Amino acid sequence: MPDIALRVENLGKEYLIGGPSSGAPSMLREVIADAVRHPLRTLVGRRSPNVPVWALRHVSFKVERGQIVGIIGPNGAGKSTLLKILSRITAPTEGRVEIRGRVASLLEVGTGFHPELTGRENIYMSGTFLGMRKAEIDAKLEEIIAFSEIGKFIDTPVKHYSSGMYVRLAFAVAAHLDPDILIVDEVLAVGDAAFQRKCLAKMEDVRHHGRTVLLVSHNMSAVTRLCQRALLISGGALAQDGPASEVATSYLLTNLQVPAGREWTDRTDPPGNDVVRLRAIRVVDDSGALVESTDIRRPVGIEMTYEVLKPGYCLVPKYEIFSDTGICLFSTFDTQAGWRSRFHDLGTFSGVVWIPGNFLAEGTVLVTASMFSPEPQRTHFRERDVVAFQVVDRLDPDTARGGWEGPVEGVVRPLLEWTITRRDDGEAVGAKA
Amino acid sequence: MHDALTVIAPTRGWAPIRLRELWEYRQVLYFLIWRDIKVRYRQTLIGATWAIVQPVMTMVVFTIFFGRLAQMPSDGMPYALFSFAALVPWGFFGGGLTQGTNSLIASGHIITKVYFPRLLIPCARVLAGLPDLILAFVVLLGMMVWYRVPLRPLGLLCIPALVVLMLATAIGVAVWLSAMSVKYRDVQHVIPYLVQVWLFITPIAYPSSLVPDRWRAVYALNPMVGVVEGFRWALLGEAPGLVLWPSILTAVLILLGGLFFFRRFERSFADVI
Repeated sequence: MPDIALRVENLGKEYLIGGPSSGAPSMLREVIADAVRHPLRTLVGRRSPNVPVWALRHVSFKVERGQIVGIIGPNGAGKSTLLKILSRITAPTEGRVEIRGRVASLLEVGTGFHPELTGRENIYMSGTFLGMRKAEIDAKLEEIIAFSEIGKFIDTPVKHYSSGMYVRLAFAVAAHLDPDILIVDEVLAVGDAAFQRKCLAKMEDVRHHGRTVLLVSHNMSAVTRLCQRALLISGGALAQDGPASEVATSYLLTNLQVPAGREWTDRTDPPGNDVVRLRAIRVVDDSGALVESTDIRRPVGIEMTYEVLKPGYCLVPKYEIFSDTGICLFSTFDTQAGWRSRFHDLGTFSGVVWIPGNFLAEGTVLVTASMFSPEPQRTHFRERDVVAFQVVDRLDPDTARGGWEGPVEGVVRPLLEWTITRRDDGEAVGAKA
Repeated sequence: MHDALTVIAPTRGWAPIRLRELWEYRQVLYFLIWRDIKVRYRQTLIGATWAIVQPVMTMVVFTIFFGRLAQMPSDGMPYALFSFAALVPWGFFGGGLTQGTNSLIASGHIITKVYFPRLLIPCARVLAGLPDLILAFVVLLGMMVWYRVPLRPLGLLCIPALVVLMLATAIGVAVWLSAMSVKYRDVQHVIPYLVQVWLFITPIAYPSSLVPDRWRAVYALNPMVGVVEGFRWALLGEAPGLVLWPSILTAVLILLGGLFFFRRFERSFADVI
């Protein structure tokens, strides 16, 4: 039987919006004035019109010990509510949660920091709030100070710190928490690239220690890299639960509203004109199956099916490949020998182009498909962002990432060969060492 | 493995106080108090002297207006000493009440980010006033030496018990009002008036011997009556008509009621603050 660290059953949280009994701060004098004016109504228990809103409902899942689980979903979907219930900040309206072991939740950077206290004092303050014992902090104090790189300013009140120093100190404390279950909310979004790298490296470290982590993030590549599993929360419900790359992919694609494959019939107004019409376009793997996400090491094919309605045209299919930030990564069209003078017969054709593995960078890739004739130049159709897919780069050593946990720059990620050659005789340096 | 099982489930209505949990989180209480004290003494320019200046100034004003001009009786003691023996506990109580009530709203940023028993916040705020109380108490002892009032060992031994009674009252009221202040934001504005009225129904400027005998027990339902007269008795040996049991009774009721009230509303704090 797997070792369950966290069990969530039918969890729900209701908020009341609007109306005086909504729980929002109100004024005592209004309540008193009301009671004087309508004594009976107050005693009976007045129900004013307020709208119950379920921020979260019918959520159930289990997490095994040692799993790192990403929680993703659009803003306002209930992710933060879920984390707040799990960290006991707010109580659920229904359902039940069982947690085995010590929990630490990191919902912000620098919980419990006080500007008037020195760095050293804030380590104790924040550490205590996050669930460390004083003896534990005593033991780790030097390590935390070293990790924070604050140096001699450790005894200066943190109000004099730069924001970078503040974040480094806050994370240094958080990084030395030693819980069985760690709950992290979007803290990776704070800080510079170097800081994020440190965060991610530390999270990896946590995984190796067999700890359970719940990570809320909007950074899909961080989720797919760090988590084996992801939960998609949408509209207050658990919409999907599965391998992180799959869940992240379907989330991104639903969010983009761009599928990995499309088909058109005459009735659905296919792109094209009286010469050629687009019938289908699909993203496929090397077995020909439709794929929404692909491992960075595997080739991926983009297949276009089109129907030629008039003979005698030279028809060239073309793709422009965009990143989700709108950068055109490259374009490609059919340039086999004699392409300028190959005229199509009537009928239905299919053209596929293969993008090799270890070439695209991880993330969302959008495809714009078009069909043109070179002489005289004419575009028969051009469909922007017609299909999309995800490239997933897990922490495997045989990719350009090489198992490195941090961000990797660049819009493409080719796996290139490095050669390191010794330029001295190898003795002088060896003698010094 | 140290696998404590935590169960999170909805709670409705009245909840138990869970003293054991409070005990488990005692280090948080300790650091909250430590932080309050550090910050207070670091921010204020004159630091600790403030703890002395406040009751001393009030004592001077009281002595001039009530003692000299109004010829207020003081049970045969020098009026300055008589009033200061009351102002020392009162300063702690009034301050603790105000600070404790505002403590929850002031800690909103922590309440929404991390879990620990919220009860510790007002408790820590009240307890953080203890160093001020000790400083003022030292000044009080100095005044007793000045007025050549002999120290009474038995009385001094009773002081901690009286401080406990005062703590129970201050924490009890702060717990009530801080929980209410989260829901009703104007509670904060009521506090200065409450403190003022409470000052007048407590024998600080006047002796409780002014109150007719048959009303004495009712009068002592105000726990601060017991505390203040207790201080006078313990230090100066003079407190005609000291009735302690009604004060203890109300203090315990306020504290217990406050703890249950707080626990009941605690679960919605993070949603409302």
